[in-house]
Amino acid sequence: MKNSKTPKPMRHRLTTRIWHWVNALCLLVLIMSGLTIFNAHPRLYWGEYGANDDYAWAAVGSSQTKGYVRFGETRFDTTGYIGNWEDRNGNIQTWAFPDWATIPSSYSLADGRRWHLFFAWIFSFGLALFMIRSLWNRHIQNDLHLRRGDWRPSAIWQDFRNHLKLRFHADDRDGSYNIIQRFSYIGVIFLVLPIMILTGLAMSPAMDANWPWLTDIFGGRQSARSIHFIGMALLVLFFLVHMITLLLAGPWRLTRSMITGRDTKESEND
Amino acid sequence: MTRLLTRRTMLGGAALGAGGLLSGCDALNRSPAFQNLLATAEAGNFHVQRALGDRMELASEYTTADLSPTFRANGTRNPDTQSYNASAARGFSDWQLRVFGLVSKPQSFSLAALQSMPQRTQITRHDCVEGWSAIGQWTGVPLKLLLDLAQLRESASFLVFHCADSLGGRPYYESTDLLDAFHPQTIIAHRLNGQTLPIENGAPLRLRVERQLGYKHAKYLTGIEAVASLDNIGEGKGGYWEDVGNYEWYAGI
Repeated sequence: MKNSKTPKPMRHRLTTRIWHWVNALCLLVLIMSGLTIFNAHPRLYWGEYGANDDYAWAAVGSSQTKGYVRFGETRFDTTGYIGNWEDRNGNIQTWAFPDWATIPSSYSLADGRRWHLFFAWIFSFGLALFMIRSLWNRHIQNDLHLRRGDWRPSAIWQDFRNHLKLRFHADDRDGSYNIIQRFSYIGVIFLVLPIMILTGLAMSPAMDANWPWLTDIFGGRQSARSIHFIGMALLVLFFLVHMITLLLAGPWRLTRSMITGRDTKESEND
Repeated sequence: MTRLLTRRTMLGGAALGAGGLLSGCDALNRSPAFQNLLATAEAGNFHVQRALGDRMELASEYTTADLSPTFRANGTRNPDTQSYNASAARGFSDWQLRVFGLVSKPQSFSLAALQSMPQRTQITRHDCVEGWSAIGQWTGVPLKLLLDLAQLRESASFLVFHCADSLGGRPYYESTDLLDAFHPQTIIAHRLNGQTLPIENGAPLRLRVERQLGYKHAKYLTGIEAVASLDNIGEGKGGYWEDVGNYEWYAGI
């Protein structure tokens, strides 16, 4: 007998789904090609200038025997992972980030820049179009908007405790996003991602001539480069949490709903 | 149980996917067609960055308080050829900078001749493609003055900057279009931070083209050639790194 399931409303709109996957691909390529670019000079500075003789607040140290990451005066041994690692042919490499984390996998600054600057265009247009469309169809206002009550520390604390108990939809209002989700989505879409574009542009010498204020608002070219790197780290953190919560909340159902748009809550594990 | 298996499959899939992704990216990276696709971004960067400013917008200038304590040298630190060393021993008094090619009046300038012309001093930020920056004070002759004397022909579209240094047996060179050539901050520099330009930074003459990355700032200049096209220079991509290393000719980002 045919099950007369009433069609559920779409969980994710088409623009949201297209953007989600285009953006996921872009960020993956941008992060990995960005690490190639970082490998060319694995030191981060604050201010307008910074080169080898200047003080770096963070740096990767490399030698044939060990690798380390230094933040301020504190060193962390990263031998085997960062600054000193074995490539697929069993040779010790002393580039900062290892082959599995970079595009291309063997160091080429020129190729890394090509990938990075090409996908930066797709990423930027994608983000802009998604923002415009999502304001237009009220996805932002209806689903992601931070309500006044969301800012109450007690409400955030309650949602945090629910997360720890793996209850992601304790106050499920028909599949709506919880407070921490809304904060992180709004933070990533309207803060971190735009800052990645702006700090990227702020490193460009031609943009410095066109829009000198852009470099100034970040406190100089090297500060913009540092913020660009920190933003990348935040996006990796977001991705990891995104993956953990996905695995805990039902990877198949949620991934499928981000592809087909439909939520099939009752048919989990099929 | 089902969930566990699901997760395990998922993780396995992710690991497989990551491995496939890596070799896939490397395969794409080796594909000339894909490289050409990626390189289309250069045209976008070039046209958009040119359109955003008034085309003669100046790069930021700084004060002596902002100078880098040491100005890092990169690339060739000494051409170390017989003729270069001989000229260096004479304080480059015999150095000549030729302006030739598609010009009505080819020129050859001695260092002294260049120093006696009107000068421009600018404190600017040098941005290396590798990511570091150094702020330095440069003094030199605006390139426009040399081009006005040589009188570019109508057919000239690019300037090729020939250098005394070689890397891996190939002579270094660079090129710009005429917009950057006539830009007020584009100078043939012979002083850095109030001192004679050090050998490691390009003595006796170095191009400054402030709105682009460091590899465009050719050192050890011997000649400036006006050309209609870059096709027959070097491998045709407009510069040493462009030819050997896939760097973009337009280095505004």
